[in-house]
Amino acid sequence: MDFNDTKDEAKFRDEVSSWLSANADKKEHAKDIYRPAEMSGESESGESSALKDAKAWQAKKYDAGWACLHWPKDYGGRDAAPMERVIWGQEESKFKVPGGFFEIGQGMAGPVLMLYATEEQKKRYLPPMAKGEEIWCQLFSEPGAGSDLAGIKTKAELDGDTWTINGQKVWTSGAHYSDYGIIVTRSDFSAPKHKGLTYFFLDMKSPGVEVRPIKQITGGANFNEVYFTDVKIPDSQRLGEVGDGWKVSLTTLMNERLAVGDASGVDFQEIFELAKDQDFNGDTAISNGAVREKLADWYCEQSGLKYTKMRNISALSQGSTPGPEASITKIVSANKLQDIANYGMDLMDNASIARDEETAIFQGSLLGAPLIRIAGGTDEVLKNIIAEQVLGMPQDIRVDKNVPFNEIPTGSKN
Amino acid sequence: MNFNFTEDQLLMKEEVKKLLDKENSVKRNRNILEGEEKFDKELWNQLVQMGLTATTIPEEYGGIGMGFLELCVIAEELGRGIAPVPFSSSVYLATTAILNSSNEDVKKEFLPKLASGESIGTFAHSEKTTFPSESGISVAAKSGKISGKKVAVPDGDIANFALVSATSGKNKIGLYLVDLSADGVEIDSLETFDPSRSHADVSFKNTPAQELSADAWEDIEKLLDQSAVLFAFEQVGGAEAAMNQAKDYAMGRYAFGRAIASFQAIKHKVADMYISLQLARSNCYYGAWALSNDAPELPTAAATARVSATKAFYECSKENIQTHGGMGATWEFDCHLFYRRARLLSSNIGSQGIWKDKLITSLEKSNSPT
Repeated sequence: MDFNDTKDEAKFRDEVSSWLSANADKKEHAKDIYRPAEMSGESESGESSALKDAKAWQAKKYDAGWACLHWPKDYGGRDAAPMERVIWGQEESKFKVPGGFFEIGQGMAGPVLMLYATEEQKKRYLPPMAKGEEIWCQLFSEPGAGSDLAGIKTKAELDGDTWTINGQKVWTSGAHYSDYGIIVTRSDFSAPKHKGLTYFFLDMKSPGVEVRPIKQITGGANFNEVYFTDVKIPDSQRLGEVGDGWKVSLTTLMNERLAVGDASGVDFQEIFELAKDQDFNGDTAISNGAVREKLADWYCEQSGLKYTKMRNISALSQGSTPGPEASITKIVSANKLQDIANYGMDLMDNASIARDEETAIFQGSLLGAPLIRIAGGTDEVLKNIIAEQVLGMPQDIRVDKNVPFNEIPTGSKN
Repeated sequence: MNFNFTEDQLLMKEEVKKLLDKENSVKRNRNILEGEEKFDKELWNQLVQMGLTATTIPEEYGGIGMGFLELCVIAEELGRGIAPVPFSSSVYLATTAILNSSNEDVKKEFLPKLASGESIGTFAHSEKTTFPSESGISVAAKSGKISGKKVAVPDGDIANFALVSATSGKNKIGLYLVDLSADGVEIDSLETFDPSRSHADVSFKNTPAQELSADAWEDIEKLLDQSAVLFAFEQVGGAEAAMNQAKDYAMGRYAFGRAIASFQAIKHKVADMYISLQLARSNCYYGAWALSNDAPELPTAAATARVSATKAFYECSKENIQTHGGMGATWEFDCHLFYRRARLLSSNIGSQGIWKDKLITSLEKSNSPT
């Protein structure tokens, strides 16, 4: 029961730490994070500044052999072990560096290409992906199909060696700055829904692709609708067999769940600090028993998540497969974020109404939390997964499993 | 890093689990709950024979010379089997208190007997309705004699001796060792919420008492932190047993033409149990680390483990009943055995309100970023 590095781990950590110290600025404290030159939340100009910085940092890492560590050397990585990847992440988080644009590509598209693309394609697309030169998005959800991914209906029709795509995707994060995308489509409407899907990757600059930003409740527009009007994709960009798109999609989803981590925003530390400063009925909030109880509950959740992560890392360090415990992370983290943000604003009372330096992080967290509870697997779907895949409970009855797709009820709309 | 128990420790855990399964610990719990016996002597002897009471006692005092990590895995299995034995009183509390003390004579006299199971000890601390604060102790020790009343002493009517907190006449709280068969001791067995674990009010009237320490409040706080981690492992074991019972029942119970386990409401209920259980388990592991390393983080780690394990056991035991439907609320089904034990372990060394407050206090004191 210890937190010590093995000799090899310590050596690797030193190597990582030295390189980072020589190439980036260390954070002075936990909240001393990187900020782009133009700070404007999610507005276009703020983002391009952040994107520029992120690409530069990614390229620097790539050139020194520190990008996508666990990828094969041939594709831009260094064949690193899972534990080395963890150590890199731990060390990098101590530095003021940009990020946030490459997760979908490197976390989802990359692994899928490695499994299903040709060698030539892997050599063409993986290195620029690792270097941050090319950015990828994931075109999965549609207005009529989110949790029920197999219910998608963007159409793919084959003529000779070329597929023509017509339809619409939604919630596509980063589509507005992406170069490529992975997409699942329906190639057979008369087959049962899971059997008529085909998966591709495409150039986002193809004629007929139209990206329209969607404004979120946070005020930003980080995701989009993407319309496809007679978009052409060569058959050579198909990943997996025709009609086998569901299998390829499952691989992508599995990697998505690994990539999604803790919700960011207010956590125990912020509400603890607030309670110490905030006045409550003539004394500090933290002197109030009711406040202390709530704080204790959140501390236990935060601590539980932290040590659940440690149990996983420990398994990797010992060379074994982590257990399924991490499946609880997003559910607990996103709900805690929402509740802490809400409670913090309760404590601030009237002062919580105006948007200013004090309230910004609480307001931002309260507006951001709802989407985190929904994206990357809703709370409800994740609980189904815990019950079914972790605990072995049976699936619910599916009324559409073996029905031809074009006979499945879809409600009054669509 | 290895944030897990070693292979040897996990093997030991397996052995204890096997024994408790073979002896049908849950059925024995019911027998004690329903019957007149105060604890299961046969099961206790089996645990003693396995050497479990000797776990943390050094070899020089007749023990096995292992440590708290081994005790954690043992505790988890005792919790899973809701064992009806005085193990926690004698081992987590009495043995640890004596090990913590610097009194060589007491150690030489009592540790071998605790190791061999010949002697059963306990810790008598509570006096009124809430768990005592430093100013809430009125049992008094003076010139080698102790007087006053302790309430709801765990295994008070089973133990041979007790460690008793009492004022030491210098505006301080001391810790005293009292032979429970001595003069002036009156023991009143109580009817309790969880009859599988015996409790008694214990009164002293000028009873001979050996002073272990005249200024023991900090030692007492530490003892409570140490035992909190061990009890938390019991709570996690019990919570997991309850969750698995709920799942297994739901898999076999049919309604509306299918297993109720296939209904989302039931699946989500069990998923919620799983979530609280994993959070508690992870916090327990940190508690185990802090306990076995005698880390300065122990007060925070212990409180975190206890608060989250208490929450998990409550949630899992009550929703286990719910998942069983009507049968879950019958005497005949085992669900209520876990529900009762969950409640006992919630109050025995201080309830949620106290430990949540302790947790925040420990964070205020440490003043370092979490």
